[in-house]
Amino acid sequence: MSAPFSWIRSEPWGIHVVPADAWVDPGKAVDRALVTHGHADHARGGHGATVATPETLAIMKLRYQTGEGPSGGETTPVQYSETIRLPGNVDATYIPAGHVLGSAQILLEHAGERVICTGDYKRRADPTCPPFEVTPCDILITEATFGLPLFTHPPIEGEMAKLMERLAAYPDRCVLVGAYALGKAQRVIAELRRAGHAQPIYLHGAMEKMCRLYEEHGIELGELRLVSDTPKDEMRGHIVIAPPSALNDRWSRRLPDPITAFASGWMHVRQRARQRNVELPLVISDHADWNELTRTIEEVNPQETWITHGREEALLRWNQLHQRRARALALVGREDEDE
Amino acid sequence: MEDFAALIDALIYTRSRNEKLRLIAEYLRTTADPDRGWALAALTDGMDFPAVKSSTIRTIMKERIDPVLWSLSRDFVGDTAETASLLWETGQIGASGDVEAPPSVSEAVAILSAMTRKTAPVELPALLDRLDAPGRFALLKLATGAMRIGVSSRLGKVAFAQSFDVPVEDVEEYWHGLSPPYEELFAWAADGEAPPDIANLPTFRPFMLAHPLEETAVDMADYAAEWKWDGIRVQLVHAGGETRVYSRSGDDISATFPEMLGALTIPAVLDGELLVRGNVQGGEAGPGKQGGAASFNALQQRLGRKTVSKKMLSESPAFVRLYDALLIEGEDVRTLPWEERRKKLESFVPRLPASHFDISNIVKADDFEALAEIREGTRDDAIEGLMLKRRDSAYIAGRKTGLWYKWKRDPLLIDCVLMYAQRGSGKRSSFFSDYTFGCWNGDPDAGAELLPVGKAYSGFTDEELKKLDKHVRSKTVNRFGPVRETDKSLVFEVAFDSVHESKRHKSGLAMRFPRIHRVRWDKPVHEADRIEALKSLIRD
Repeated sequence: MSAPFSWIRSEPWGIHVVPADAWVDPGKAVDRALVTHGHADHARGGHGATVATPETLAIMKLRYQTGEGPSGGETTPVQYSETIRLPGNVDATYIPAGHVLGSAQILLEHAGERVICTGDYKRRADPTCPPFEVTPCDILITEATFGLPLFTHPPIEGEMAKLMERLAAYPDRCVLVGAYALGKAQRVIAELRRAGHAQPIYLHGAMEKMCRLYEEHGIELGELRLVSDTPKDEMRGHIVIAPPSALNDRWSRRLPDPITAFASGWMHVRQRARQRNVELPLVISDHADWNELTRTIEEVNPQETWITHGREEALLRWNQLHQRRARALALVGREDEDE
Repeated sequence: MEDFAALIDALIYTRSRNEKLRLIAEYLRTTADPDRGWALAALTDGMDFPAVKSSTIRTIMKERIDPVLWSLSRDFVGDTAETASLLWETGQIGASGDVEAPPSVSEAVAILSAMTRKTAPVELPALLDRLDAPGRFALLKLATGAMRIGVSSRLGKVAFAQSFDVPVEDVEEYWHGLSPPYEELFAWAADGEAPPDIANLPTFRPFMLAHPLEETAVDMADYAAEWKWDGIRVQLVHAGGETRVYSRSGDDISATFPEMLGALTIPAVLDGELLVRGNVQGGEAGPGKQGGAASFNALQQRLGRKTVSKKMLSESPAFVRLYDALLIEGEDVRTLPWEERRKKLESFVPRLPASHFDISNIVKADDFEALAEIREGTRDDAIEGLMLKRRDSAYIAGRKTGLWYKWKRDPLLIDCVLMYAQRGSGKRSSFFSDYTFGCWNGDPDAGAELLPVGKAYSGFTDEELKKLDKHVRSKTVNRFGPVRETDKSLVFEVAFDSVHESKRHKSGLAMRFPRIHRVRWDKPVHEADRIEALKSLIRD
């Protein structure tokens, strides 16, 4: 009989599930990868076999040709709440994480021990994906992107109202919203529709395919048009969505006098917004804020918490103050400061 | 307070200078006295409430939140006021239930002014509880002085001038004779009343400043050269029977140099370099052949003191080496060409006590090449370089291109190894931009160690900063609170003006104005310099 939890190991390249020789969100190509969601610091191409939700596999097919052709490797789709048996008597169950379309926590069970890798997650409602489900376990491997007590994400309704107010105040300009191409962009669009914004929304070319993919998965995004197909004047008084890298790029010159907005949890800190030359900060995050992180640990109530990436020092400290066992993992290649 | 907070937030997120001017001007036009005057003071010079400092906020926060969580948060945000205003919001700290309505700016100022060190820890939180997050941020910024929101003191004055359509030069002139909330200034500009009378007040006038010469060569027929002494630039003012000493930023430093107050008894405004007696600068061996001054290091002992001991006054007496005059016997000479001002100054100096004043000599050179040679040949350690002044230039406040140039001596250079890094503040928050570097205490191949010799925050481009930040993050071997220790694998070529003995550092040395000259990504660390090499550059 081996030592408790010796079947799961933290390595620089990811979480290694030893009996199954499988890796959770590995940072390099491996024989068998269990992928929580489609963001580039968790999903990558080149694996021999990829186990993920159908939505995540669709995203990985779009981005990394996963499952396509001889080099795309095999894919195993797992529905939410479905359990699959991996080699070495390891069971894996995919549970909604509420982060982006297809995002999952992965519950791993072996020899009566339960370990959950949350991947990235949030506890707020999101019209583009099912909500996070609290699931009991022995070891919780959590993210800590916004793991500082100063991060309390405001309700999204207020941020949407700020955006629409600004739009209405400047009918001759457009509002250019920087948003990550996977997840944030579609959530912002869906929230705008929910708030009653029925006008067409204009997209940077890099957003188009992912938005179509969301629509194919039943997320309604309303009328979307491409900036590249649109005369400048037509976009006055409208919302344009582009990846953050395009905000201060030459690309934005084709827009009518844009007001630069950025939808990100980092916008909570004024100096971060200034560094990015953002005029309209929208505090919208797909990650758990401080209260959500700590509440989740309390609700899941694991024997031990492992913290993968983000501001792990503060969350470690919180665990210490609350007499909870925790440790920080040093994973390579996770994005440090930017989402 | 809400309008002021909204203004502060709008300014933070506005890039265009014109838009910032418009925002401030509109606030000043639409807000009543005295709120707008306090706001203007906060935006320009900043306000000082002796009982409320950054440390007060830290103390308050550390009583309400775990000190480690506070430090990590403060380190991440890079701004004490913002960190506190954000943390207050968590609901774990602020008051619950009914609180008083938000204060007006002047009410907040009155409450802050009345605070003492004893009452601040109770009264400041009570005030914060009355505000929302932007309000708390604005209040804490206002309370601790430095706004750091991308609005310079000058911009605030320009906005004032624009909002009431008055010349900004006049605003600058009256400014220093008045104090917040500037009601006389608003009465003059907004309501057309008589301008404030400052003729008999010993007020500060803005300095004329120089641009670095860089690649320019000037015609010596048009320019005069003088030494740039290594002290502190001061303005001496005598008016209405009072004498004041002002620093370059317009701070009143009279109390630090009381010996100067009795030395000027004729109404005048003079521009010069404050030095202390010694034999390093312009002494017998010096190129200026003037009464000797000590090195900057000696002067530094006297800076920043509110009271001065008799011993200090007798051991390191101060004097002023004059460069220029703005007013002489009540006559404003600023519009005269430099050459004429210089003549007036030369005939005025003999009327001043020689113990406390001399005049900075002109450096004679027939042409620019000859001047360059003189500059090269200067070994007088504490001369910072040369000043070049256009002979026909009026004394114009600020830094107008083409009139005055400073031509500093080439800096000293040494190769150091990056040892520790810390995140910067303000614009650089989140970036590891403050670097501590060291030199070897012997032969690095024979087991020598690195000892820290200095710290630098500047000299690199934004692109380099990104790379350096990445280097620090990936090469961290140890963390001490906010400080990261790196693996000591990177060489900096560090430029500095001079180096002195210092008990403050383990290496026993302190550099003056060190900055990163070049990042030597290519250089192996064992080729960096040793402590002895740095020691050999000490000149006093």
